[in-house]
Amino acid sequence: MKFKAGLLALAVSASLISPLTLADKVVVGLITKTNTNPFFVKMREGAQQQADELGMDLRTFSGRFDGDNESQVQAIENLIASGAKGILIAPSDPVAVVPAIDRAREAGLLVIALDTPLSPADAADATFATDNYKAGVLIGMWAAEQLGDKAADAKIAMLNLNSSMITVDVARNQGFLEGFGIEVFDPNRIGDENDPRIVGQDVTQGAEEGGRTAMENLLQREPGINVVYTINEPAAAGAYEALKAAGRTDDVLIVSVDGGCPGVENVRDGVIGATSMQFPLRMAAMGVEAIYEFANTGKKPDASEGLDFVNTGVELITDQPLPGFDSKSSKDGMDLCWG
Amino acid sequence: MSQPDTLKTSQAADHELVAAAAGGNFASFEVEKVAFKDKLHRFFHSHPTAAPTIVLLLAILAFSSIVGERFLQPFNMSLILQQVTIIGILGIAQTLIILTAGIDLSVGAIMVLTSVVMGRMSIEVGLPPSAALAIGLLVGALAGFINGQLVTRFRLPPFIVTLGTWNIFFALNLWYSKSETIRSQAIDQAAPLLHWTGKTVELFGAKLSYGSLLMLALFFIVWYALNWTAWGRHVYATGDDPAAARLAGIRTDRVLLSVYVAAGFICAIGAWALIGRIGSVSPQAGMTANLDSITAVVIGGCSLFGGRGAIFGTLIGALIVGVFRNGLALAGVDVLWQEFTIGVLIIVAVGMDQWIRKV
Repeated sequence: MKFKAGLLALAVSASLISPLTLADKVVVGLITKTNTNPFFVKMREGAQQQADELGMDLRTFSGRFDGDNESQVQAIENLIASGAKGILIAPSDPVAVVPAIDRAREAGLLVIALDTPLSPADAADATFATDNYKAGVLIGMWAAEQLGDKAADAKIAMLNLNSSMITVDVARNQGFLEGFGIEVFDPNRIGDENDPRIVGQDVTQGAEEGGRTAMENLLQREPGINVVYTINEPAAAGAYEALKAAGRTDDVLIVSVDGGCPGVENVRDGVIGATSMQFPLRMAAMGVEAIYEFANTGKKPDASEGLDFVNTGVELITDQPLPGFDSKSSKDGMDLCWG
Repeated sequence: MSQPDTLKTSQAADHELVAAAAGGNFASFEVEKVAFKDKLHRFFHSHPTAAPTIVLLLAILAFSSIVGERFLQPFNMSLILQQVTIIGILGIAQTLIILTAGIDLSVGAIMVLTSVVMGRMSIEVGLPPSAALAIGLLVGALAGFINGQLVTRFRLPPFIVTLGTWNIFFALNLWYSKSETIRSQAIDQAAPLLHWTGKTVELFGAKLSYGSLLMLALFFIVWYALNWTAWGRHVYATGDDPAAARLAGIRTDRVLLSVYVAAGFICAIGAWALIGRIGSVSPQAGMTANLDSITAVVIGGCSLFGGRGAIFGTLIGALIVGVFRNGLALAGVDVLWQEFTIGVLIIVAVGMDQWIRKV
C-alpha cells in the first residue's frame, strides 16, 4: 500500500511538472514501417534508450502495414505541428512520402531516412542505413570461398522478397551475385544476368511459407541446386524445411541477411551457413544523436566515405570462418542480434 | 443476337411442327446446337464443381505440355497438394461462412494466433504437446464464437465484424508472441506432435504429408455434414434466404453461430498444418491467407451471395491456384505473371457464376 501511495504521489507530481520540463526537451519523431516486425521494434528500443540518455522527448509512430504511406504522412504532419526538431523515418513508400518530407524540411526539421533511402535519396537531409549491397557481397564471397573450385559449376537458387524490386531486395540480390563472382550487368535490376549457374529466382514475401514453396518449386526445376541465397532469415528457415523434406540438408549451402536472433541460432545449428547482420538498434540511436546535435549546433550529419549514406555497419556471422574474412561466430552474434 | 428468340421458338412442339412441315431433318443442326448450350447451362447449374474441374484439368494438360514430364510427376502433384494444404483448410472455413452469405476476413489471423498459442503453450509454458494442441483448437473455436456472437446477437455485418476481429486477433498474436519466432529445432525437441502434419508418407513416388491428408479428411467430413445432415441443409437454407428459412422453423441465429464456431475450429486445425509445413511458429505468417482463402472459394464456384456452392469446389479452386503457381514457376515465368493469372481466374470464375445463376 505504502509503495502504491508513493507511486501515486510520484505520478501526480510528475504530471504537474512535466508540461514545464517537456517544453524544454527537444522533440524527436520516429516513424517506422510497422510496429510488428522485430526489426522496427528493436529500432524503437534503440531510439528510446538514446533519447532517454540525452534527455529528449521521443514520439513514435508507425504504419499499420508495410506500404502504408497514409499513416506515415499523418505522423509527419503531427510532428511538424508539435514542434519537433527532427524526424527519423523508415519510409514505406520512398517516392510517395517525399512531398510530406519536403513540408517538414521547409518547416525547419532535420529529416533522416532510416534503413530505406528516399527516392530521390537527397529528399532527406541524410540516410542512415545498412549497406545492403555490401551485406550481399559478404555472403556471396563467403559462399564462393566455401565452395572453392566447385564454385565454377555451382547451381544457385535466388530467393528474393517480392515482384516489386524494391531497393533492399535488389541491393542484397545483386551484391550476393557480385560477391560470388557473377557478372550482374545492371546493378539496379534483378534477373538480367545470363550466367548459367543461376538456376532460377523466386519470391518469398520474406516469410517461412514463401521460402518453402519457392525452394520446392526451384528444386523441382533443378534438383542439383547446391547454393541458396535468401533475402532474410525467415525465408531461409522455410527453404531449409523444403531441403529437409528432399533430404538435401547436408550438401546445400544457405546464406542470408538480417541478424535476427532466430537467424543467428540457425547459424549455430547449421541451418544457415552465413548471414550478414545489420544493426537496427545502432541505426536508430545514431539517428537520435544526429538530431540532438542538429538541435544544439545546427550541424547536419555527413555521409560515410565513398557512399551517399551513413553506413550503420554490417557484420558477417558464421561458424565456418575463412582466412582473410572478418567474421564473428554465432556465439558472439547472439549478443548482438535483434528480435 | 437472335439467340433468345430461337430459344423461345424452338420448343419441342414448335420444332416438331416445323420438322413435319419441312418433311425432313435439315433443321436439326441448329436446334441441336441451341439445345447443347441450354444443356451445358443446366449441367453447370446443377453441378457447381464441374466448371472449376474442367479448368483444373485443362490447366494440368496445358502445363504438362509446356513444362514437360517434370510437371506431371507424382512427386510434383503431391508437392502441389502440400503447397495448397493451408489455404485449402482455411478455404473450408471460408466456404462455410460464404455459404451463409457472409465473409470471414479473420481466418488468417485466427490461424496465426492459434499457432502461436500452440507453440508457446508447449515451448514456453511447458505443457504436453497434446494439451497445447487442444488449447489451440479451443482458442480457435472461441475466436469463431466471438465472431458468431457479434454477427447474430449484435446484428453486425460479417464483413465489418471480421474486419475488426482480424485486427484484434492479429494484435493479440503480436502481444502474446512478443513478435518472436519459435524455431523449428525447438519444436522438434519439445513438441514433435506439432510437426506431425509435416511428416510424409510415400505412395507411388508421391509424397503425401499428413497435413494434406488431414485437409482431405476435413473436406470429406464437411461434405458429409453439409449434404447428409439436417444441420448442413439448414446452413444452405439460411444462406439462400434467411427469412424463408426462419419461416420454415430453422433457428437461423443458432445455425450461423455454429458455422462461425466451426470455422474458427477449422482455422485452428489449419494452424497445426501451418506449423508442420513451415517448421517454426512465426507471428508474421499468414498475412494474406484471408484473401487467398476467398480466392480459392470464389474460383471454386461458390457464390458470394450465399446458399450456392459445393465444398469440393473450394478444393478444386485451391488446386487451380496451386497448379498455376507451380506450373508457371517451373516454366520459369516471372512472378508478376503468376499474380496476373490468378487475377484473371478470379474475374472469369465470378463471370461464370453470374452466367450460371441465370436460370
